[in-house]
Amino acid sequence: MVRVRPDAAQVWGWLEEVADPEIPAVSVVDLGIVRDVHWNDDELVVTITPTYSGCPAMEVIARDIREALLARGVEKIRLETKISPPWTTDWISEGGRRRLHESGIAPPPSALVQIENVACPRCGSRATEMISRFGSTPCKSIYKCRACLEPFDVFKRH
Amino acid sequence: MRLGDNALILSQRLGEWCGHGPVLEEDIALTNVALDLLGQARLWLGYAGELTGRDEDQIAFLRDAGEFRNVLLVEQPNGDFAHTMARQFFFDLWHRLLLEKLSASKDERIGGIAAKALKEVAYHRRRSTDWILRLGDGTEESHARMQQAADDLWMYTGELFEMDALDKEMQQAGIGCDLAALREPWLNEVSRVFREGTLEVPKQSWMQRGGKRGIHSENLGHILAEMQFLQRAYPGAKW
Repeated sequence: MVRVRPDAAQVWGWLEEVADPEIPAVSVVDLGIVRDVHWNDDELVVTITPTYSGCPAMEVIARDIREALLARGVEKIRLETKISPPWTTDWISEGGRRRLHESGIAPPPSALVQIENVACPRCGSRATEMISRFGSTPCKSIYKCRACLEPFDVFKRH
Repeated sequence: MRLGDNALILSQRLGEWCGHGPVLEEDIALTNVALDLLGQARLWLGYAGELTGRDEDQIAFLRDAGEFRNVLLVEQPNGDFAHTMARQFFFDLWHRLLLEKLSASKDERIGGIAAKALKEVAYHRRRSTDWILRLGDGTEESHARMQQAADDLWMYTGELFEMDALDKEMQQAGIGCDLAALREPWLNEVSRVFREGTLEVPKQSWMQRGGKRGIHSENLGHILAEMQFLQRAYPGAKW
């Protein structure tokens, strides 16, 4: 068998196809979970960071990354977890923000002042209000739109 | 170890609300806070384990009550919703002040965990503050219950600011911080929120203590009985 040793840029490309298990519209690269990819001799080292300390998706994400790389022919993979500097929603890519919006989740407000009038991802109205600070995953809160009356998730600024 | 135990025990308490929250959103919020704290507990206890040659699970599931180092506040029963939120509010304010200081710890690992946890706890604090205001400045019934909860739990807040020999040693080494110095900003914030929520800051001055030394109320035993049951009944069980 031919030993595969793709360069880091190629690996980043593959990881862009690994979806987040709880928000499948975005990839683990979009979310800023993958922090670094490099080779250490014949071992590929992928560094990931948890969004929230207790996010239960992290173990699944680690497994999905490993499986995706194994499927591409990478043999030796080491996953490292790094918590410092702490993850922030500022690391979510432009593409990731767009895909969140398209899937009905308002992307994280880019400044604290915007938290008060988040735009509804369905009708665009800013006449919205928070229902609960916490939603279906640690990274989201629940809002409702007073214009179209739909409830929706908002990715919390973090 | 103390930081990890605080987060672990409060997380377990909040988890008891799962499926019992007064409304769905609160059920979710309480367990989300529990989840953040559980994640933090794993980081702290994982690090403590590395230093003492054990893993996080052994530390969490195979110690008896006398070996737990959490403050008494976090093991107090959930009571009604006002008691749960008063406990959370007192803890969140202190936790945030503490983590702010520890973010600058000379120990890089502690600094990293603290900085990570701080972002989550700042959010917890906003939510528990909302509830103090809403219940305090709500109906006659909610006001009375909130005041009662604050009065009942007040005696467990003194321990948060106690400096024992270990705390002093850690502070001198630049790893820990001066807990006593957190009392003033904590009390200022409690006073400000209570004033806005039309509540009175409890005047009682006698404080209960002992949790940090492993002297706990009977509550902890009950928590551990539930939390540790599986590993005690089926040692080494994995799933």
